Amino acid sequence: MAAHYLSVEQVEMTFETKGATTNVLKEISLGVERGEYISIIGHSGCGKSTLLNIIAGLTESTSGAVILDGKEVNAPGPDRSVVFQNHSLLPWLTVYENVSLAVNKTFARSKSKTERHEWILKNLEMVGMSHALNKRPAEISGGMKQRVGIARALSMEPKVLLLDEPFGALDALTRAHLQEEVMRIQDELGNTVIMITHDVDEAVLLSDRIVMLTNGPSARIGEVLNIDLPRPRNRIALADDAKYNHYRQEVLRFLYEKQRKVESLAEHREKAAPISSAKKAHA
Amino acid sequence: MNTSTRSDTLAKTMFSIGPSLLCLRDTLVQKVLPPVVILALLMGIWEILCSSPTASLPAPSQVISDTWELIINPFYDYGGNDKGMGWQILASLERVAYGYLLAVVAGISLGVLVGQSTWALRGLDPVFQVLRTVPPLAWLPISLAGFQDSTPSAIFVIFITAIWPIIINTSVGVRNIPEDYRNVARVIRLNGYEYFTRIMLPAAAPYIFSGLRIGVGLSWLAIVAAEMLIGGVGIGFFIWDAWNASMLSDIVLALVYVGIVGFFLDRIVAFIGNLVTRGTTQS
Repeated sequence: MAAHYLSVEQVEMTFETKGATTNVLKEISLGVERGEYISIIGHSGCGKSTLLNIIAGLTESTSGAVILDGKEVNAPGPDRSVVFQNHSLLPWLTVYENVSLAVNKTFARSKSKTERHEWILKNLEMVGMSHALNKRPAEISGGMKQRVGIARALSMEPKVLLLDEPFGALDALTRAHLQEEVMRIQDELGNTVIMITHDVDEAVLLSDRIVMLTNGPSARIGEVLNIDLPRPRNRIALADDAKYNHYRQEVLRFLYEKQRKVESLAEHREKAAPISSAKKAHA
Repeated sequence: MNTSTRSDTLAKTMFSIGPSLLCLRDTLVQKVLPPVVILALLMGIWEILCSSPTASLPAPSQVISDTWELIINPFYDYGGNDKGMGWQILASLERVAYGYLLAVVAGISLGVLVGQSTWALRGLDPVFQVLRTVPPLAWLPISLAGFQDSTPSAIFVIFITAIWPIIINTSVGVRNIPEDYRNVARVIRLNGYEYFTRIMLPAAAPYIFSGLRIGVGLSWLAIVAAEMLIGGVGIGFFIWDAWNASMLSDIVLALVYVGIVGFFLDRIVAFIGNLVTRGTTQS
């Protein structure tokens, strides 16, 4: 395999429950370059969160390997920080303390106390949370909690930032707002990001590449779509953009036509012959 | 209507003092009045029931006149067991304090062990489930035989009574720590000690404190019975002594004290719990 910044190689995941084995992920291989924004999209239950957990090191894959910057991943760590779906802030700590727990641990030796303090403030400022340093998670809104979650993940200076349906639990307006923020931060810092989502617009708007998973069990990478849209992207301008709408349609078609029913996939392909002409590059 | 407008102006002019006074009046009416009314009613019924000269139990007025010496002079000391009610209660509280504090330390430690390790759970849980059903006083003879002395035996009875709810609640709390918090700790790479102090204890604190509250109640329940058997200074033996001397009014007074002290013990633990778990219950 070519040396990607992050490469997922032949990852397989099988769960065993009471003698029955379920193959969740099958032969997943994916190369991610430095600074790339990748979305992984698929129907719920297809194993996309499992894949993210394997990359994070929180779940051990049955076979295959994840290699980040030349090193194999086999345990979780701050170089692959995760923004969890339900923010996962510790409710007994303030906003500041939630971030400082991560910063003080990650940079215990490499930064001085004042440097760490400034670094915490800088990260919270980046997500626009400087005004609520001493508030507890219960006192701030869902969108704000997720901002703090993002600040905590960014503050560990990860090589890859992993987002597990980060905006799934938010209302549409807050979600749009946070998407903009994430785009701005990514432009600023040039992070490598892998995001799990089931929102087509979100995937097209934010990503450089969209990885589409087939339905489980034994989910594999169905298609990979390159999103060749200039940055910074503007959702209002893009709404009328032919290219943007074409990408959107591609993903929708994959999700709702090709992957609607796993068992009838073959016959579906026959019926939907015209669509395959528009099919994009396979993984 | 008139009063409310007047108090409104009052509140406006005296911003903080006005409302707090009004608030105080409301709480007095809503919280203090009902128990006072009920108490007066119950005392009235008791007075009527026990007013006949043939009644076997003393009426409240009789109790007060019989025990007036004890009420106004709680800290006399005529040597031996002939001490004021204050000393009797303090002697009991001291025993409870030793036994309970030992139970807190041992109970939380064992609870964490059982909550963390499935092996310890499988091994110890059946033992706990059987031992916790043994009534407190059943432990007294064996502890007297073991310690050969009454004071450590009483403390042991308190210890063994209070420890079970603490162990069980702590282990449930530790087992119920959300997977997300564990994942956060793994990504940040907290070590065992940091995980224990920063995640486990705060996350389990609401459970631990409900165990501590049950425990303190049980130890106060057990001390009276234990002291009846071991003798010496203490509210339990005071009651037994009064029974032997047919001083029923003294017993009634002692019961009032026992109830009030038990109530305050419960409230103190609940108060500490509220302070410590502030912010941990909501998220």
